[in-house]
Amino acid sequence: MEITMNKIADRKIDLNTISSKDGTELNQASRIEAKDVKVWYGDFMAIKGIDMTIKPNTVTAFIGPSGCGKSTFLRLFNRMNDYVEGFKMEGKIKINEDNIYKKKINVEELRKEIGMVFQKPNPFPKSIFENVAYGLKIQGITDKKFLNERVEKALRQADLWEEVKGDLKKSALALSGGQQQRLCIARTLAVKPSIILMDEPTSALDPISTAKIEELIHHLKEEYTIIIVTHNMQQASRISDYTAFFYLGELIEFDKTKKIFTNPEKKQTENYITGRFG
Amino acid sequence: MRRIKELIIEKSLLSSALITIAVTVGIILVLAIEAVSFFKEVSIFDFFTDTQWTPLFTDKHYGILPLLSGTLLTSFIAISVALPIGLSISIYLSEYAPKSFRKTIKPLLELLAAVPTVVYGFFALIVVTPFLQQFMPNLSGFNSLSAGIVMGIMIIPFISSLSEDALYAVPKDLREASYGMGATKFQTAFKVVVPAASSGIIVSIILAISRAIGETMIVAIAAGQQPRLTLDPTVPVETITAFIIQVSLGDVQHGSIEYKTIFAAGITLFAFTFLLNTISYQIRKKYQEKYE
Repeated sequence: MEITMNKIADRKIDLNTISSKDGTELNQASRIEAKDVKVWYGDFMAIKGIDMTIKPNTVTAFIGPSGCGKSTFLRLFNRMNDYVEGFKMEGKIKINEDNIYKKKINVEELRKEIGMVFQKPNPFPKSIFENVAYGLKIQGITDKKFLNERVEKALRQADLWEEVKGDLKKSALALSGGQQQRLCIARTLAVKPSIILMDEPTSALDPISTAKIEELIHHLKEEYTIIIVTHNMQQASRISDYTAFFYLGELIEFDKTKKIFTNPEKKQTENYITGRFG
Repeated sequence: MRRIKELIIEKSLLSSALITIAVTVGIILVLAIEAVSFFKEVSIFDFFTDTQWTPLFTDKHYGILPLLSGTLLTSFIAISVALPIGLSISIYLSEYAPKSFRKTIKPLLELLAAVPTVVYGFFALIVVTPFLQQFMPNLSGFNSLSAGIVMGIMIIPFISSLSEDALYAVPKDLREASYGMGATKFQTAFKVVVPAASSGIIVSIILAISRAIGETMIVAIAAGQQPRLTLDPTVPVETITAFIIQVSLGDVQHGSIEYKTIFAAGITLFAFTFLLNTISYQIRKKYQEKYE
């Protein structure tokens, strides 16, 4: 069989849940481990050897000035850099003990486990329903009842259901920017990933929409492991449990968010979070 | 002095625009006036319902249907060839091909449209038809099948090039969103990129159809000059355009009813291409509003 990621990929969609104490179904979050990761774009070394372990059910913020490698590092986890010309990678990234850069990995299966929300809201030019159902439909799921349930649940989780339940047939492009971004989150949640990667998800949004998404992230961590790249220090300190500070392709400091923002070990971290550079 | 120079430049640019419009209006007027005088002698009803077109014979019939069917049949064959090939090429170039390959192959494909159509016509007549006759012994020497196929090859770049532009213009974000959900390249291309570029693709198809309907040389050479109301692609037919050359090259007396037929045929052709151009213009306008 092509799929060798037994732990995360072979789980069928309906088995992708465990029960919590009160009987409601909970999604299972994953753990990520990076070992001596190096990345090049052509001759340029973008990541210079990073080790990191991210625990399940946590929110981890990646901060650092532009070009520090935080987005590149984030995109390693769902192999989104594969399409970049000149991309080369060394080291290991394990998700639940499976190295996702080994040769026989099925990248599509991997990406079903690891959702991604992008900087600019990027709904498909389809209806709201079709957007959320997309991930399920490409897996070959056609059962109408199942799709309806999943779409509703994902929209509820993304706190968008009440606003759109009347017209799921409406084009997603007719929604506001903040709604579009929550739709993109719902689209990701519908396939029940175990990790959600967010690449500056609120940088194109107004403060009210931003607050909604931050609140959402806070709830989602019960069921998912979340990594968020952000340029906004306050956001990192508000929503994350752990913070990683990157600078020039290196991981300068990685610790509990509280520690990073109150008592950082390194001078560079302190300079950055207090706004002295970057 | 400088102001006068600017003024002269401005006015001369304006006048070239006006001349172009005037010529177009003139052509339409001539077509319309001659067509009106044609329809004084032949009823419009007969024109659209009579199933024979024999203006050059003694038993005269003026039914446009045989010419129209010839035109539509050859165009239909052409588009059946060009659509799947052109679309496959455009999807391959936009979604799969390496950038350098795309840059080389696109201008080469566009060369197909630069080949003189008379060359295509002879190609259809002396290469394609004999080749097809090996498998289809009943195929006439002149037929709409080989004319249509070769015309299809000619219009491939209209579809491949314009569709590729539309596909390539689809934002990278949408592809990433799809890949990020675990979609394969194929799923991304057909479920996200093609639908997102659909209006551009439709415009390319309409322009290609419009080009096929107006094409003259290939059909005049390879499809024959026998107006015949048929959907059989193996027999000779005559298209509107082929009939117009036939009359124009012949010794029909100026001002006669036979002469006026070409204007009636011409205005029918014009109505078709004008309609197609208008539709594609409207789609393009809508499409631009959506993405800019």
